[in-house]
Amino acid sequence: MSLLRYESQVRPPLVVGDKDYHQVTEDVCRPVEARPTKLWWIGFIISVLLLCFGIFSVYREVTYGVGQWNLNRTNGWGWDITNFVWWIGIGHAGTLISAILLLFRQGWRTGVNRAAEAMTIFAVMCAGQFPIWHMGRVWDAFFVLPYPNTRGPLWPNFNSALLWDVFAISTYFTVSVLFWYSGLIPDVATLRDRAKKKWRKLFYGITAVGWTGSTKHWQRLEALALVLAGLSTPLVLSVHTIVSFDFATSVVPGWHTTIFPPYFVAGAVFSGFAMVQTLLLVTRKVLNLEEYITIEHIDVMNKIILLTGSIVGIAYLTELFVAWYSANPYENFAFWDTRANLNSPYGWAYYCMMSCNVLFPQIFWIRKMRRNLLVTFFMSVIVNIGMWFERFVIIVTSVHRDYLPSAWGPYYSPTIWEVGFYLGTFGLFFTCYFLFVKFFPVVAFAEIKHILKKSGESYKNNMAELEHESMEDFANIHGHDHGA
Amino acid sequence: MAVKKFITGCFDDEAVLFPAVKQVRRKGYKIHDIFTPFPIHGLDKAMGLRDTSLHVAGFIYGITGTATALGFITWALTYDWPINFGGKPFFSLPAWIPITFELTVLFSAVGMVWTFCWLCQLAPFVKKDHFNPRSTDDLFVMALECTDKTSEAESISFLQSLGAKDVQVQHKETEWWWGRYDKDRKVFEQKDEKVH
Repeated sequence: MSLLRYESQVRPPLVVGDKDYHQVTEDVCRPVEARPTKLWWIGFIISVLLLCFGIFSVYREVTYGVGQWNLNRTNGWGWDITNFVWWIGIGHAGTLISAILLLFRQGWRTGVNRAAEAMTIFAVMCAGQFPIWHMGRVWDAFFVLPYPNTRGPLWPNFNSALLWDVFAISTYFTVSVLFWYSGLIPDVATLRDRAKKKWRKLFYGITAVGWTGSTKHWQRLEALALVLAGLSTPLVLSVHTIVSFDFATSVVPGWHTTIFPPYFVAGAVFSGFAMVQTLLLVTRKVLNLEEYITIEHIDVMNKIILLTGSIVGIAYLTELFVAWYSANPYENFAFWDTRANLNSPYGWAYYCMMSCNVLFPQIFWIRKMRRNLLVTFFMSVIVNIGMWFERFVIIVTSVHRDYLPSAWGPYYSPTIWEVGFYLGTFGLFFTCYFLFVKFFPVVAFAEIKHILKKSGESYKNNMAELEHESMEDFANIHGHDHGA
Repeated sequence: MAVKKFITGCFDDEAVLFPAVKQVRRKGYKIHDIFTPFPIHGLDKAMGLRDTSLHVAGFIYGITGTATALGFITWALTYDWPINFGGKPFFSLPAWIPITFELTVLFSAVGMVWTFCWLCQLAPFVKKDHFNPRSTDDLFVMALECTDKTSEAESISFLQSLGAKDVQVQHKETEWWWGRYDKDRKVFEQKDEKVH
């Protein structure tokens, strides 16, 4: 055995139970090959109904114009862009798990990366809806693309943060899909080779694109995954940085803040991991994957939630401090008189954000709470509510009172169609997710097999006795030289 | 299109596979391929495969993206239709960095995946012959290519002595063809015994 196979006993196993390679395949493929359960149908139908409501809300908006939403003279973005930033932030956890943790060689990512990456793709799909339908005349949406046109040709403004967003999000979506799918190919090939029914052979035959598992192909796939991870890492940081530029490059007090890029990225990872927890806690239970998505995985992700939540907390305090320290009356007004003031119209939203994002996650300092499934699930929902309010606070409170009191808008609250659009993206997200868990393996089992002999429970026990051997004996007995 | 004769052996443990690969190569056999359900680090080296240069392709695609973005934006905003934004210079490089970066990543990722699929012959409706369906589940399947000089019986017993199970002689197509996995029909004629 290779020396690299050895992993310390201090690390808990990532695959629980006595498994061999075939057992891993069986466990992960079972829910895909079985008929959908009643629970699946209920969830799927609710999602599709939500999606239909969303489509109807968007239909109202397209037919009658953006006036269907309660946006007013100073509140131009409202719920729409709040939801956009919220969804795009959620996507970030998937890329963090699949790319950044791959570069850091974190073995635990293998259990959760497939589902998290799928979540990324669906979240970006949802996010993309908001700026597109917000355009109002959506049939002219292609104007944002630099194509030769009869208006000059008039090119889009490449100096604008909103155009950067177009490029950032479409690139992010494309690269995420490629990364996810290239990792999915070997697992789909397994499903294809196991397939008994005709339609399965056809479907997985097409989607597995002729994968055989040749050593040369694996070598290329690993090289591809590594480079894509290297590309995705700066990409994911750039995406939320650019989203934050939508605000930071303006001169609106409350938006005009240099700490926005790192603060947004931390917040994105924070909310994304919360969504991963929400999804995986249910998925592992329903699909019986508790031995692959273990309590260890949940513990580690809760630590990340605690860390990023605290970073976000420091960013909130920094904003308040800088607003005071700048001695700029407009900044002071935006932060102290509007946001942190419980008596202001949106003060409740600010304190809701503060408690959900900064205060409550501190519970995860306690190990017992990190490993408690009910607490984790509850907190994951709380965090996402908090992060939604963060975007709402930034977007609405900064503009609802303009410089001149005469330009102060009326209290902004959404119409049913704005809410419907938001619910509709939940429908889109969960419809996609339900289809994904039905037709594709939720756990990247080729990767699980790869770490099985290093981090699997039964194999780790075998290794316990090796801990007592001296380094030299160990190398002589168990090492091999890779045929150099 | 070439149907060739192979001797295949299945291994269920990497610890047996690695020494076997070494022995097989030392004996002078030609390993056609080893099909594994997951990537086994070091197997490519053990088989004597050279490193992939896919990342070089990625780099070339990447700088193509950089050049495309910078070249196009420069042309559009300084030559084709310069617009005065608050008296700022037409050539405002810092503001173009986000898009330049995104296009670098986009070109590199799309190009690499395309090259990967090209090299490995992966596409929907591509069909290839399989030596053992369990090679995507739990077996490492080694396929040795037979030549005129290969003695079947000797090779089989040699593979068995190295720990291979289910050793067989198989005639397999080495190229890919267009086809569907729910249908066995092949576009070429199967010539079984005559071909070596």
